[in-house]
Amino acid sequence: MTNIVLTGERPASESGPFAALRHARYILGENAVTGFAFGLFLLIVIAALAGPYIVPYDPLASDTAAALKPPSLAHWCGTDQLGRDVLSRVIAATRLDFMIAVSSVALVFLLGGLAGVAAGFFGGWTDRVVGRIADTIMAFPLFVLAMGIVAALGNTVENIVLATAIVNFPLYARVARAEANVLREAGFVHAARLCGNGELRILLGQVLPNIMPIMVVQMSLTMGYAILNAAGLSFIGLGVRPPTAEWGIMVAEGAAFMVSGEWWIAFFPGAALMISVFCFNLLGDGLRDIVDPRRRT
Amino acid sequence: MLTMILKRLSAAVPSLIGVVIVTFLLTRALPGDPAAYFAGPAATSEAIEQVRVKLGLDKPLYLQFGRYVGDLARGDFGNSLTTGQPVAQEIKTRLPASAELTLLGLIVSIAIAVPLGILAATRPNSIVDHCCRVISTAGVSLPVFFTGLLLLYVFYYRLGWAPAPLGRLDVFFSPPPHVTGFYLIDSAIAGNGELFLAALKQLILPALTLGIFSLAPIARMTRASMLAALSSDFVRTARASGLTPFTVTITYAFRNAMLPVITTLGMVFSFLLGANVLVEKVFAWPGIGSFAVEALIASDFAPLQGFVLTMAVMYVALNLMIDILYGVIDPRVRIEA
Repeated sequence: MTNIVLTGERPASESGPFAALRHARYILGENAVTGFAFGLFLLIVIAALAGPYIVPYDPLASDTAAALKPPSLAHWCGTDQLGRDVLSRVIAATRLDFMIAVSSVALVFLLGGLAGVAAGFFGGWTDRVVGRIADTIMAFPLFVLAMGIVAALGNTVENIVLATAIVNFPLYARVARAEANVLREAGFVHAARLCGNGELRILLGQVLPNIMPIMVVQMSLTMGYAILNAAGLSFIGLGVRPPTAEWGIMVAEGAAFMVSGEWWIAFFPGAALMISVFCFNLLGDGLRDIVDPRRRT
Repeated sequence: MLTMILKRLSAAVPSLIGVVIVTFLLTRALPGDPAAYFAGPAATSEAIEQVRVKLGLDKPLYLQFGRYVGDLARGDFGNSLTTGQPVAQEIKTRLPASAELTLLGLIVSIAIAVPLGILAATRPNSIVDHCCRVISTAGVSLPVFFTGLLLLYVFYYRLGWAPAPLGRLDVFFSPPPHVTGFYLIDSAIAGNGELFLAALKQLILPALTLGIFSLAPIARMTRASMLAALSSDFVRTARASGLTPFTVTITYAFRNAMLPVITTLGMVFSFLLGANVLVEKVFAWPGIGSFAVEALIASDFAPLQGFVLTMAVMYVALNLMIDILYGVIDPRVRIEA
């Protein structure tokens, strides 16, 4: 038996390994907004990785003498009701918020992506079961379902990740299903089958790698929603508990002070939340332009 | 038309069955022993056994499910642990507050988003178009509770235009006689202009918050489908026939562009109903969302279960209404059905 390796290479990479890179640079040059979003993304990653080492104050240390001070040179973003430095807490919270979003998106990619690929590739009852599960999830307002899941499974950060992943399941399953359904009849899939590859091997080795670009775009587009969802849950008191620094809970703690004029406690974590969601949305749009220019709007 | 409605109704049944199964499974997924949970933290082991038998938790799962469905059919959502009151009653009295807020939020967002989308589509790459793009991208990035707090800070604390965020009416007013449960409508029926204004004042900021949040998908879809409609042949013909630009845009293009916009309303409602919970918490709005949040804090599960079920049933019903509306607007859908 000779080994005939047939890989499903994308047509784009036929014109040389640098074509995709050149295309990316062209898009970035064309669309300065995507470049800007990418810069923001790098900042968020740096804050998530190095956050606890670069903060000016201990994010958990309270100093009642300096409570509720407006932004000043010593405390750039002011201090909260316990005298904790708001800037330090906002930076330190990046890691937790980013981790929640990344792990929930990775989890839903595994669950929804694999289920969707299997549904599109095998069809039949697999397709019906996955479709039925997705429809049932879609029958709920998504945030409400996430609330119910976290309340039922227990009030922990892990369950916030799980709930965010579950409510995003239909989106991933549908995209993966549609792509796999098209690829099922592709030439390289037939070729792989003729070479004696098993169905599961074709699914994981041929079909899955070819829908990766679309799935990566999907992940980046849902990152923002995942952050909003997790912050919303912790805003109503689910998941993260005080005194942990997390953007949603910091806004909740500052909410009472907003109506008495101490705006900075809720404003800075809220702004951090907004900027990161904005960044992921822009980045997702930009990535989609690179991977799939047809869907550009 | 009637067959189409019946067909849509039967299509909603599997969704409803799925919703009931999921809400049932959520209670069974509670950590630890559900009987101990429902008996409360101070219960003795006999009391827990009593609760177990009373709730039927000693029976097999399918019998429990049958019992749950039977209770729901009789309108029994269980009792709240903290107040001992039936959950269904509480949800019934609080639902109008949430519904009034959500509907007004939707009206606000349509009133801003649709004209914005039309203007952006008729003037591509103009300032309005860029505004539309920025607003719709920024709108989805804003956490809804954060928008609410910002509006409160500006309009209540800084400018003093808005009343304190303390529910549906100022303490000096008493609610209008109950007809629909919507204070705006009830006070109008009662002919009480002062009360109407007072209720409207309390509603404006939370409704605006919801409106800003749900504006983005509507504006984007209006712009996209208007662009498609404006470049179609029938619009060119209408223009060539010498009709005024207004007639061409509104009567010819917009009526055809409405369908995809109505389809996105389904997604918008999913956003709105979820965001409603957060907005109710920010503005201390006495709706079913804040009822659920209070229950969450007291780890009282029956109200939360009732809330999730009510929201899901409402969402299924709203989607059904959108489907039927679709048939009313587009005769082709009726013929296909």
